[in-house]
Amino acid sequence: MSTGNMNLTLKVWRQKNSASKGAFVTYKAEGISPDMSFLEMLDVVNEGLILKGEEPIQFDHDCREGICGMCSLYINGHPHGPKQGITTCQLHMRTFHDGEIIVIEPWRAAAFPIVRDLAVDRSAFDRIQQAGGFVSVNTGVTVDANEIPIPKVIADEAFNSATCIGCGACVAACKNASAMLFVSAKVSQLGMLPQGQPERYSRVQAMVAQMDAEGFGSCTNTGACEAECPKEIKMTNISRMNNDFFSAKLFREEVIHEHSMGE
Amino acid sequence: MSLNAKIPEGPLAEKWSKHKFNLKLVNPANKRKYDVIVVGTGLAGASAAASLAELGYNVKAFCFQDSPRRAHSIAAQGGINAAKNYQNDGDSVYRLFYDTIKGGDYRAREGNVYRLAEVSVNIIDQCVAQGVPFAREYGGLLDNRSFGGSQVSRTFYARGQTGQQLLLGAYSALNRQINLGKVKMYTRTEMLDVVVIDGHAKGIVTRNLTTGAIDTHAAHAVLLCTGGYGNVFYLSTNAMGSNVTAAWRAHKRGAFFANPCFTQIHPTCIPVTGDHQSKLTLMSESLRNDGRVWAPKTAEIAEQLRKSQIKASQVKEEDRDYFLERKYPSFGNLVPRDVASRNAKEVVDEKRGVGGSGIAVFLDFADAIHRLGKDAVSAKYGNLFDMYYQITDEDPYTQPMRIYPAVHYTMGGLWVDYNLSTTVPGLYALGECNFSDHGANRLGASALMQGLADGYFVIPYTLGDYLATIGPKPVDVNHPAFAQTKQDTLNYINKLLALKGNKTVDQYHRELGLIMWEYCGMARTAEGLTKAKGLIRALREDFWKNVIVVGDNEEVNSSLEKAGRVADFLELGELMVDDAQMRKESCGGHFRLESQTPEGEALRDDDDFAFVAAWEFKSENEPETLHKEVLDFEFVHLTQRSYK
Repeated sequence: MSTGNMNLTLKVWRQKNSASKGAFVTYKAEGISPDMSFLEMLDVVNEGLILKGEEPIQFDHDCREGICGMCSLYINGHPHGPKQGITTCQLHMRTFHDGEIIVIEPWRAAAFPIVRDLAVDRSAFDRIQQAGGFVSVNTGVTVDANEIPIPKVIADEAFNSATCIGCGACVAACKNASAMLFVSAKVSQLGMLPQGQPERYSRVQAMVAQMDAEGFGSCTNTGACEAECPKEIKMTNISRMNNDFFSAKLFREEVIHEHSMGE
Repeated sequence: MSLNAKIPEGPLAEKWSKHKFNLKLVNPANKRKYDVIVVGTGLAGASAAASLAELGYNVKAFCFQDSPRRAHSIAAQGGINAAKNYQNDGDSVYRLFYDTIKGGDYRAREGNVYRLAEVSVNIIDQCVAQGVPFAREYGGLLDNRSFGGSQVSRTFYARGQTGQQLLLGAYSALNRQINLGKVKMYTRTEMLDVVVIDGHAKGIVTRNLTTGAIDTHAAHAVLLCTGGYGNVFYLSTNAMGSNVTAAWRAHKRGAFFANPCFTQIHPTCIPVTGDHQSKLTLMSESLRNDGRVWAPKTAEIAEQLRKSQIKASQVKEEDRDYFLERKYPSFGNLVPRDVASRNAKEVVDEKRGVGGSGIAVFLDFADAIHRLGKDAVSAKYGNLFDMYYQITDEDPYTQPMRIYPAVHYTMGGLWVDYNLSTTVPGLYALGECNFSDHGANRLGASALMQGLADGYFVIPYTLGDYLATIGPKPVDVNHPAFAQTKQDTLNYINKLLALKGNKTVDQYHRELGLIMWEYCGMARTAEGLTKAKGLIRALREDFWKNVIVVGDNEEVNSSLEKAGRVADFLELGELMVDDAQMRKESCGGHFRLESQTPEGEALRDDDDFAFVAAWEFKSENEPETLHKEVLDFEFVHLTQRSYK
């Protein structure tokens, strides 16, 4: 079946469901090709387990090209493994060496309960987005898309924030399991664009309130989130969010709008 | 049963407006008395769920992923077409319509395609209003680029992540309605059957993928927005979870399946490297704006390249064959996907392929880097180059990419009329899940356009007409059909769980994929298709005897999930082969070796095959019945497609 010659030892977190107790289980991954992706290596291990009548290691994955945000492994102490700027599905076995021991854990955060083995429940992220991560506009607008020009630098910067894939690596990397990078990316994207202005200050308050309600930890500006983010989302977003959040707390909404109009 | 597409009468440009006026409306106060189920949360599903909830309907939305934001629309790279004519280069609604009809090799409905082109402009306005960060020029206005099969720049894009940004826009609209309580979202939930009462769809059966709970959900209408079935080939650019199950179970409950053999093989994907591979990765068509496709002129040079005796950069200009530019001077590298794919295959068949396996051609950026500079190329395509590097460990800035066609999209799908209704009243199909707009070949950047057109701008009108007709009386959840369909599902799951053979589901899936690729892929023959049918049947029989499914229902069980999906692919595969066998002409992506022009292009047979093939499921082990919807072309003249 597999064509390679790498042999590895995996220490994998296995846990039947959120209520049960988990533990590391050791597996051999043999005949692995360096051209396999990390998830394809796990596929090989799982095929072996199934043939023995054992249940496969559960892990979330879907697009396998680094964009859906579903894969989420904590590999040798790093979310999405040792390389920068990629997701686990883009990690290839050539990054590891023959005979290596690889430790694979799920995201660890109180707000991300384990579903099974390496899969966690990230619905807290959805609830934060539902609290305010949108522009309140119904289908059927009649304003032409080119009616409001947006300077390229602003559009590009908003795009940089918008590339967040919602994988949760920032939370997994943070010693406090803070979700500030994730939340601030959305707040920044919409806060920078003219379409997002009317709800700019109510949005940041609603999203931060939901973030706190979900039990994410505080931000201490350590920067592990930025270092581990597969989409290289910058901490500048957190500064922007803090700025908007404090403005919203200090002034009444109409005052802030007057202020920002005057800038 | 005769198929009525319900295309409105009258001039092309007036059909949709006239039809909208003729559709019945549901009074605003009555809308809250209707429940609507939306299955799938990609571009079509998320936009439909949000738009219907905004109108006041109660929506229940379902996705198998852990979040609606992860639906596979997210992976679309290149862009979305719209007839805005912002570039002043001669675009118009009619031109987009014409390019799409021609690109589809005249196997789509004029009325549908014109409507698609018409609403394309609204989509861009809608997305910008939501805060989608499309690429812009220095003046602050929206930027465009070109895609295959067109000679204007009408493609809007957000770097190489257009699908992601459009989906996040639709997801944000969906989130707003969830927050307002108008949409109830069910994640990690898979639809396994449709509940049909007196011929009308009244609900679905689902499995909770975390707990295994089998539930029924009732509604006045069910919308399937569940994507395509490219994973029948095992290796494709689709996500691992993409499957045909929802559509297939609907088919077995009475929805006709149209043109199943129309599959899009995308020309520019990263080639297969070994048998461990779980999926293939697309390199966006936008790369063909600046990348030049070539192969060595001779098999000898190709062999030296395969053995790494020389590098691509050492092949002299006169020894290179830029075969698309040579054969199609007016469209060059931007010919439609089916044409580009077939030509790559031809080159490989002539033993002029490159890479270790010899199953690849080059996509070269050396000229573009020389002309525009590395930074400009990186600004346009940087993330795609990175993606290529991560997978292949080769730097496309210094050596040409190796590419080869891979299964990408399925033009076939559930048959729908102009209102997007399947042959089961109350059951609708949107986006890639239906067959409607792309004929036998989809043009690049048109999938996102169709998904959002269906969800934002078509279904909000057409669904109202049906709902107003049936009235707001609550659906009877105690009707025995609910309990019966649920029991059918439980029986089916238990049947799968009882299989304790010696081959894994993935092994069957891989074998099915090889059969489909070999005999129902880029080139098809009567003989090969006959063989494939026998092979698929044998494989399916073997599956139901010897597959191994581990674990129980009442837990997270990926083995069980996959088994159900592959069992459906094993049935669909046979129907695709039957459809390909029946259609003796070549058209678009369906290439029958028996039917080609002297130049080797797809040769249509309009006299005998200008129809939509809609297949009706009868019962297990009985052949499906073919129904033909004849395609009338009132406005365009059918010609041999030429991109020369």
